[in-house]
Amino acid sequence: MSGEMSRAHSSASGPRESGVWGWLNRRTGVDDLLRGALDEPIPGGARFAYIFGSGLLFIFISQVITGVFLALYYVPSADHAHTTVAYITKTVTAGSFLRSLHAYGASAMVVVLFLHLSQTYIYGSYKGRRELLWLSGCVLFALVLAMAFTGYLLPWDQRAYFATAVGTNAVSEIPWIGESIKRLMRGGTEMGTLTISKFFVAHVFLIPAFIFALVGSHIFLFRKAGAAGPVDEDPYQPKQKSELFYPRQVLMDLSLTALLIIGLGLLCFFVPMQLGPPANPADAQYVPRPEWYYLPIFQWLKYWHGSAAIVGVLVIPTLLVLAILALPFLDRSVERRPWKRPAAMGAYAFVVFMLLGLGLRSQYLDRHDSGVAQQLAKQKADEDEYARKPFDPELSSASLAAANVTLADPLAAKGKTIFEGQSCNACHGDGGVGTAAAPALLGINKKFSPGQLAELFKHPTAKMNAGGMPPIDLPPDDLKALIAYVESLK
Amino acid sequence: MTGETDLSAADKSAPRESRRSFLAALLGVGSVFVAALLSVPLIRFALFPLIRRTTELKGSPVGELSEFASSTEPVMRTIRIEQVDGWRKAVSEKAVYVTRDGQGQVRVLTSICPHLGCTVPWNKEKKEFTCPCHGATFAPDGSRISGPSLRGMDTLQASVENGQLLVQFQYFRQLVSDKEVIG
Repeated sequence: MSGEMSRAHSSASGPRESGVWGWLNRRTGVDDLLRGALDEPIPGGARFAYIFGSGLLFIFISQVITGVFLALYYVPSADHAHTTVAYITKTVTAGSFLRSLHAYGASAMVVVLFLHLSQTYIYGSYKGRRELLWLSGCVLFALVLAMAFTGYLLPWDQRAYFATAVGTNAVSEIPWIGESIKRLMRGGTEMGTLTISKFFVAHVFLIPAFIFALVGSHIFLFRKAGAAGPVDEDPYQPKQKSELFYPRQVLMDLSLTALLIIGLGLLCFFVPMQLGPPANPADAQYVPRPEWYYLPIFQWLKYWHGSAAIVGVLVIPTLLVLAILALPFLDRSVERRPWKRPAAMGAYAFVVFMLLGLGLRSQYLDRHDSGVAQQLAKQKADEDEYARKPFDPELSSASLAAANVTLADPLAAKGKTIFEGQSCNACHGDGGVGTAAAPALLGINKKFSPGQLAELFKHPTAKMNAGGMPPIDLPPDDLKALIAYVESLK
Repeated sequence: MTGETDLSAADKSAPRESRRSFLAALLGVGSVFVAALLSVPLIRFALFPLIRRTTELKGSPVGELSEFASSTEPVMRTIRIEQVDGWRKAVSEKAVYVTRDGQGQVRVLTSICPHLGCTVPWNKEKKEFTCPCHGATFAPDGSRISGPSLRGMDTLQASVENGQLLVQFQYFRQLVSDKEVIG
């Protein structure tokens, strides 16, 4: 207690007290906050084994920033999603780099998350009053995977579309409620623009909100329980000589951050993430493949069909998840040394072996099925070809209305010239889309027959007259052409 | 008593303390430097509309300049206007007249009446433009003759590139005597 007081005292009278920093500190107490954050004691001293948590925090912040910037140009709708991502990758300066950083960042997140989890598990750092810390970590793990799943769809290219179609289909294998969950996720029976809306809201608003909250509690719970230290340390009452988080552990943590920055930066610069051709739901040939970290689950689901599906899709995963969640409650021993925990290490090795095996098996099967291998190669070639094409802006719907007037019917085409020559478009708009001066003529064929229109053209109603619509005086042939054109407007 | 020990402890740790603050300063400068480096792509990304034009009206081709060399009266042409708006483009068609000014130079007029926006047709018999809506009339070069319009027909900015006549389509405010662009 007196030690802490003297520290606070020395900081208050230290050299930092003058100038801007001193003023800021007197107003905010930032010095004490910093000290509180940096002077975390680590039993047994700083180690490279402990660097993964802050690495995750760094990637998460990077994902938030790049995500917000990508949203500057992205539009979440089946009509525009792919165009806007193509615009980002092909036209906007640094767009390809930032999108790659966000996409590869997701993979990096999964890798570092796995390392963080493995370190915690192997070091037995979940022991000793760290149940909630472990639970919040598990939920964060699930949330990160959910972020990867929802974000993957958003570019709406072939790869994204079909991978998500398979992913949501897998959900429907869950007995009784699977079909309903799938429909809820998709926003309907099929994937479409509502699926994008839902995934976008989940990816951008809901899941990040939960992640922010849980990262906060995870760090709070970590500080509350204290660093667990090395494997031979007592998880309840650390006895080894401790070292403060700053400076050595900070430097070690920063080395991972630097490695991530350099690694991701080089990758994004030299091998940017590709965008494939736009989703084409009618492409029955397409062989969907999920991102690498979902391959084990993808392969696993292949083995379970029919009445056995309930075991593979529901029973085993549920038991596995429950076992992981309950770990700190079930394993109450204070023993943390891996070599004294053969059962725990065996289980870990088994799960990792299964994940690796399933993922590799999936790759192996793809390579050795010539049909699939050929189709996958073709899909890759299609992606490369699309990536090389320059950006082509999307034609706006208003111009489509004007363009559909390049009509097949020559009579209507003649009518179009009359429509413009008689200045009908001055009030009714080009292509009859309507203006402030006069109503739209689109779909008027549903309201009036050609005969009724001819009568209205020759003898406008009082209301039409009042609005400025003059009677049309044209030779019968021209009138017929004009009516054919107006009736064709949709 | 405790005050004395604290004082001696502070004395001893003084060089260590200064090493710590030197490292902190180094880390601070380093972090700021790396953060600045990382924000370069972010800034370039966000400032893209300043670096390059994201919205633009492209000049529309009207036809070969030679086509209009022998014409003695205004010729109506439909031009395709392509307006780029970020990742989308709008394509519309507008009628323009290619005519000549007093000095015999090529001039492109919009067909929109400066009175209330009707499309003005060329009247072959009378050799003048006559608006069908309210009867404004204009000379072959577009200047105002009579009627409710407060000014002559509007001239569009035209240029010639490789013998191609290009025009920049614009809308002008109606019911005023001075030409005023409204985008």
